[in-house]
Amino acid sequence: MNWFSKLLPASIRTETTTKKSIPEGLWTSCTACKEVLYRAELERNLDVCPKCGHHMRIRARKRLENFFDPESSTEIGANVLPEDFLKFRDQKRYRDRLNQAQKNTGETDALIVMKGEVHTLPLVACAFEFEFIGGTMGSVVGERFFQAANTALEDKIPLVCFSASGGARMQEALVSLMQMAKTSAVLARLHEERIPYISVMTDPTMGGVSASLAMLGDINIAEPGALIGFAGPRVIEQTVGQTLPEGFQRSEFLLEHGAVDMIVDRREMRDRIARLLAMLTHQPMQSAHPSI
Amino acid sequence: MALNFLDFEQPIADLEAKIEELRYLGDDAEIDINEEIARLKARSEELTKSIFSNLNAVQIAKLARHPKRPYTLDYVERIFTDFEELHGDRQFADDAAIVCGLARLDGEPIAIIGHQKGRNTKENIHRNFGMPRPEGYRKARRIMKMAEKFNLPLLTFIDTPGAYPGIGAEERGQSEAIAKNLFVMSRLKTPIISTVIGEGGSGGALAIGVPDKLLMLQYSTYSVISPEGCASILWKSQEKAEQAAEAMGITSDRLKDLGLVDEVINEPLGGAHRDYAKMAAVLKEALKASLAEFSSIARDELLARRYQRIIGAGHFITS
Repeated sequence: MNWFSKLLPASIRTETTTKKSIPEGLWTSCTACKEVLYRAELERNLDVCPKCGHHMRIRARKRLENFFDPESSTEIGANVLPEDFLKFRDQKRYRDRLNQAQKNTGETDALIVMKGEVHTLPLVACAFEFEFIGGTMGSVVGERFFQAANTALEDKIPLVCFSASGGARMQEALVSLMQMAKTSAVLARLHEERIPYISVMTDPTMGGVSASLAMLGDINIAEPGALIGFAGPRVIEQTVGQTLPEGFQRSEFLLEHGAVDMIVDRREMRDRIARLLAMLTHQPMQSAHPSI
Repeated sequence: MALNFLDFEQPIADLEAKIEELRYLGDDAEIDINEEIARLKARSEELTKSIFSNLNAVQIAKLARHPKRPYTLDYVERIFTDFEELHGDRQFADDAAIVCGLARLDGEPIAIIGHQKGRNTKENIHRNFGMPRPEGYRKARRIMKMAEKFNLPLLTFIDTPGAYPGIGAEERGQSEAIAKNLFVMSRLKTPIISTVIGEGGSGGALAIGVPDKLLMLQYSTYSVISPEGCASILWKSQEKAEQAAEAMGITSDRLKDLGLVDEVINEPLGGAHRDYAKMAAVLKEALKASLAEFSSIARDELLARRYQRIIGAGHFITS
C-alpha cells in the first residue's frame, strides 16, 4: 500500500489490481553473476549481461531479427515440417514431444532460416532454436539447412549459421545421423563454388552438429564462454575417470587449441561478420560506424 | 574352437557341451556313438537356426560386439592380397583404432580404411577398443585423398563403439576431424563402398562411411547412439537398453527398410564368428559385385548420384 492510499479512508478505498501492474518479468537476473537486471536493458544487450558480459542463451528468431537489417529478411523452409516416421516412443511419444516443443517455442522445429541483408550485404543465415528439443538435428533441421545452403548457392551469396544444439535427434535414430552427411555434403558444394560460409558456435554446440556443419566454416566463430565439443563433459569424465580441466570445451579453450578463428561478443557479431564477408566477397569497406 | 556363447545361445551351448562330452567318451568306449553325435549335431543346428531366426535388437547388438567377431584385419587377410598398411596422419600420431592401406582385390588395386578392435586386453589398449581419436580420422582422410589422386576405389569397414570421448581427443579437434571427413567423402572422386561389419557407433562410424553403396552384415548394428546411451538419456535408466534398441531400429533389416542401407549380407549360421572363411568369401563377392556397379560410371555422374543419395536421407512433411 502506498502513502496515498493510506491517506484515504477505508470506506472509499477500493482494491485494485493496478498496484500489481508491474509487468511480469520486468526484472530478471544474470544466470552467471546473479546481478539483478532490467529486462529492457538486457534485451538491448541481446541477452548479454551488461554487468559481467555473460552470454545467455537467446531465442533463434530473436537472434536473426537482430542480425539482419530491419525488415530485410524473409524466411526459408518454414513449410518443411517434422514427422514421427518411426513412431518413436521413449518415456514420451516423439509426436507428443514435437507438439509440446511447438507449443512452448512457437516454432515448428529447431532451425530457422532467413534470407536478407546485413549492412546491406545480402546473405542467408540460419539459427538453431535450443529450446526446441535441445536444438537437436533431425530431418527437418537437415533439410532446412540444406535449403539455406542451396539458396546461398543459387544466389551466390554467403551463408551464416548460428548453432546451439545438443547434437543429433535420437528420436529419429539413424536418419538423424545421416543429416550430418547431408549438411556436410551441401557445404562441400558451397566450398567448390567459393561461396563463403561462416559458422558461429554458441552455447552449447555438441555432438553431431559440432561434428558436421558447425566445424566446417571457412571462418569458425565462437561466442564467449560457449560449451563446444564432440562428446559431452559427463561422458568424458566417466570414460577417462578424471576431473576435467577448468574451462574444458569452452570457447576460450577451443581458440587456444586452434579450433576456432575468433571469439566474438554477440553485440559486435553483426558488424564483425559483415566486415569479414565484405572482404571475402571483395565488397567495398564497411563504414566505421554502421547505422543499420 | 571355443565359441564364447552368448546368454541367449545357452541351449546351444549345453548341447555342444554334451557333444564334446560324448566325443571324449567315444575315444575309449567300445560302442559306436558316432550316430548319436551326428544326431545331436543336427539338433544343435536346428536349435541354432530357430534361435537365430528370432533375434531381438539387443541380441543382435551382442553378436555385433561378440569378442570373437571377425574384425577389419581378419577380412583384409582373407579377402585381399598384397596388403600394405599405411600409418600415421603426418601431423600428430598413428591411431591404431583405424587401419589404412593399399591392397589388391582379385588383382585390382584398391584402398582400405577400417576400424580395428583388439582381441585381448593388451591389444584393446593398443587399439583403444576401436575408438578412434582425431589422428585416426585424419589418417583416414589422407588415405581418402590418396585413393582419389591415384584413382583407386575405396573400401571402408565400419566397426566402432564410437569416436573416443577423451580429453586429448577434444583438444585435438575430434569434431573437426569427423566433420571434415564427411565433407571430403561427399565429393571424393572415386567409388566408395562401405560395409558395417560389427558396431556402427554414431559419428565415429559415419566419419569413414559416406559411400556410394552401404553394405551391412546381417548381425551388425548401426545407430546414432548406443542403446545404453539412448536409454540413459531418454529413459534415465541404462536398463532400458532393450527398449531403446528396438525403438531406434539399429539392425540391418530395419535399416534396409528405411532405405539407409543398400544391401544386407547374410552371415553363416550362428554369426560371422562361427566361420571366418565363409563370411569373408561372401563379403568378397559382395564387394566385387558392388565395385563393378560403379567402375564404369563417369566421375561426375558418380558424384551426382552420391550427392543425391546423401541429401535424400530424411523424413519430413512439406506443407
